[in-house]
Amino acid sequence: MRYLPHTEEDVAAMLERIGVSSVEDLFAGIPESCRSLRSMDLPRPLSEWDLIARMESMAASISGGASHSVFLGAGSYSHYIPALIPQLLGRSEFTTAYTPYQPEVSQGTLQAIFEYQTLTARLLGMDVANASMYDGASALAEALLMAIRLGKGRRKVALSSAIHPHYRQVVATYFSPTEFEVIELPYDPETGVTDLSTLADIGDLAAIALQSPNFFGCIEDLQRAADLAHGEKALLVACFSEPLAFGLIKNPGIQGADIVCGEGQSLGIPQSFGGPGLGMFACRMAHVRNLPGRVVGQTKDMDGKRGFVLTLSTREQHIRREKATSNICSNQGLCATASAMYMACLGATGFRKLAALNRDKAAYLKKRLETAGFTPLFKSPVFNEFCLKAPEGFSKIRKKLMEKGMVAGLGLGEFYPELEGTFLFCATETASAASMDRLADAIREEI
Amino acid sequence: MKEIKDLIVPENLSYTDAHEWMDKDATPSRMGITDYAQDQLGDVVFVELPEPGTRLEKGEVCATVESVKAVSEIYMPVSGTVTGVNTELEDRPELVNSSPYGDGWILEISADDPAALSVLMDHRAYLDMLKGL
Repeated sequence: MRYLPHTEEDVAAMLERIGVSSVEDLFAGIPESCRSLRSMDLPRPLSEWDLIARMESMAASISGGASHSVFLGAGSYSHYIPALIPQLLGRSEFTTAYTPYQPEVSQGTLQAIFEYQTLTARLLGMDVANASMYDGASALAEALLMAIRLGKGRRKVALSSAIHPHYRQVVATYFSPTEFEVIELPYDPETGVTDLSTLADIGDLAAIALQSPNFFGCIEDLQRAADLAHGEKALLVACFSEPLAFGLIKNPGIQGADIVCGEGQSLGIPQSFGGPGLGMFACRMAHVRNLPGRVVGQTKDMDGKRGFVLTLSTREQHIRREKATSNICSNQGLCATASAMYMACLGATGFRKLAALNRDKAAYLKKRLETAGFTPLFKSPVFNEFCLKAPEGFSKIRKKLMEKGMVAGLGLGEFYPELEGTFLFCATETASAASMDRLADAIREEI
Repeated sequence: MKEIKDLIVPENLSYTDAHEWMDKDATPSRMGITDYAQDQLGDVVFVELPEPGTRLEKGEVCATVESVKAVSEIYMPVSGTVTGVNTELEDRPELVNSSPYGDGWILEISADDPAALSVLMDHRAYLDMLKGL
């Protein structure tokens, strides 16, 4: 598909062919009251030179990962992206692909999505995955609405308060116009995992949602949550913000989750100051007709050759209208393709090795920070993130470290007032031992 | 698409303007969709059935038939209770196409008031309606 501007001659020729004298006449059928007569509220156009200068000055005004050692995770993770991914992903067949509604001209796009779905379902331990959603937060909200649809009249969902705070905000937004109730489950202040003791008292539950590893980095006991949920005739929705963890810990499917969803940014997608992300979404085959979004299936053509098509489309808006499973009929095609490339080029063995490296780096950082006066907050095992109680006066030191090019964790007080003075740190494979030593030494010096 | 003259419209059944048939001579009475309806829908790939024991008013949605290109709601021809569903359709939804009045039946309904069935169309009235379409 080409995107070329029209010349004056092109426009004149087209108008003449249609039989009108001007563009204004062309739109005469649209009443004035429906038209925006103001010019667009945009700054004046710039020449290419000026535009580059402006972008460069904006870029210089912010600090990023290249100039800083950033020990932050909390839903967006610094991972190496193999060089082959930007190279392959930059092909115009991927970057300019159109919605694959016509399988006869979209086999490449459809196959790329199909491969992504296959790899996603395997990674999460599920039967089927959709073609992806906007991001982890919207995927979780959609998963809970799906559970409500499957819950045949049940009106409540229970959400762990150890789920990423932004995800919970998005769920609240999605649920605000509905009559369904979102209940928060507390976390245990000793272990840092969800406290499920109040579950049996809630009643009328369609689903329970947990994140593992959770926002504090702690690994949840999904199997126990699944057993409790199923005992209440509810579904377990397992979400995640760091899918690399499944290289080491049991995936949610093995542990009895019914729907698994989360953010796939870790899998070959740049952090880009927070987006675009990749909403991964998978479930058991029994629930496939309630799955939101697109699904690609494998089939055979008239000659018996393998081919790919959008399937189960009757769930979607163009057919179901107001009864569609979701208002999302799009997917993050390019990000999904990037993550499929990432999973394929690491392979299961590479994935496991990289996950182990993340765990080891985080363990090293934790040990070094403990020597600098930090104390662990929770007892549970973690993957590549962990919470520490900071020594007295650390907030001031943290600002100084920032000036020295080090971003020392995320303060949790903003999200959990009771955790004022504790910080969430993250170390992935991109954190070098030298940078972690430098951070710990700098803190020790200041204290 | 079939021509009107090729459509099967059994004489012993009652019909609704939503192209459903109902067997008025049996209690509880079976219902399904007509030959015309299955022909319009195309290949049926899924039938969503209600729970037996569900009580519904006339005109309420009692089932959903999905084909490869469309979705169609099935409405209660009379008020009553769903006493049975054709579980065979879970694995073989194509029966709705191949045998709309036989093995492709959808539900069994016990009408609140058996007399309510008498307001449905007979096969002649239904055929006249189709010709007028």
